Amino acid sequence: MLIPHIVKPRPDTGLNNGKLGIWLFLASEVMLFGALFATYLMLRMGSNDWPLGTKYLDPMWAAINTIVLITSSVTMVMAWAMSAKRNFAKFRLFMLLTVGLGFVFMIIKYIEYSAKFDHHYYPSTHVFLAIYFTLTGLHGLHVLGGMVVNGYLALFGKKHYEQDPEWFTNRVEHSGLFWHFVDLVWIFLFPILYLL
Amino acid sequence: MGKSHAEISRHMRVYLMVFGALLVLTAATVGAWKLEFLPAGAAVALALAIALCKASLVALYFMHLSAENKMIYWILALTFVFFLVLLLVPVLTAFDVIAY
Repeated sequence: MLIPHIVKPRPDTGLNNGKLGIWLFLASEVMLFGALFATYLMLRMGSNDWPLGTKYLDPMWAAINTIVLITSSVTMVMAWAMSAKRNFAKFRLFMLLTVGLGFVFMIIKYIEYSAKFDHHYYPSTHVFLAIYFTLTGLHGLHVLGGMVVNGYLALFGKKHYEQDPEWFTNRVEHSGLFWHFVDLVWIFLFPILYLL
Repeated sequence: MGKSHAEISRHMRVYLMVFGALLVLTAATVGAWKLEFLPAGAAVALALAIALCKASLVALYFMHLSAENKMIYWILALTFVFFLVLLLVPVLTAFDVIAY
């Protein structure tokens, strides 16, 4: 038996259940990252020798990653548009591009982390590095999660698309909302950790 | 979604314009940091203001919040209130006199 109102909106909420669900989930994610941002603020306000991000980090890698994630948000929304226009081939192309850009982001993160470890910079080295690894690590896990869902939709979604394209397009929109949220978090992480 | 193809094509043009704006704002963030023409406090404010602009563009256009259902706005408004409370918790620690 299927959960009702997964394609058409519920009359009382005006939303399909999937969309309501993803927004409630994103609200909980705001609180998760909000708690860590508050932790960052508290640590920074209470520290006498808070370093500039540039002491430990290279902002150019982060700037490149910002461009990568912004570009992936565009390919993601284009994938949704192509699915809505009932063009599965182009949907798949844009979705695979999104996943590919996620890979690029993770590779750059790997290079960054490797450079830290080569210099013996660990979370235990300084409280700044502790919050840096926590925030970027959690964010990286979110990128990875988004890549899995988007990759699944691109590689195994054709059958579902052919059965019910409207439902499939809703799923693409919901996974897109998550992906954009991940981009949004990075937009704040970039200046807070690397530049200030 | 039930949108017409023409409507979606219009959306796609907007997405590309927003993409251009996001790239310009990212360049502005890096440029302001590289040139170091502002005092530290103003640089922090500028970097956060640019981040806020970029986040608004992503939320309004890519996440379709510019034309969303009223219930989503209520959920987000409530989330925003709790988020502010979370961010204010560190400020409250300034009034903690037990440690002294």
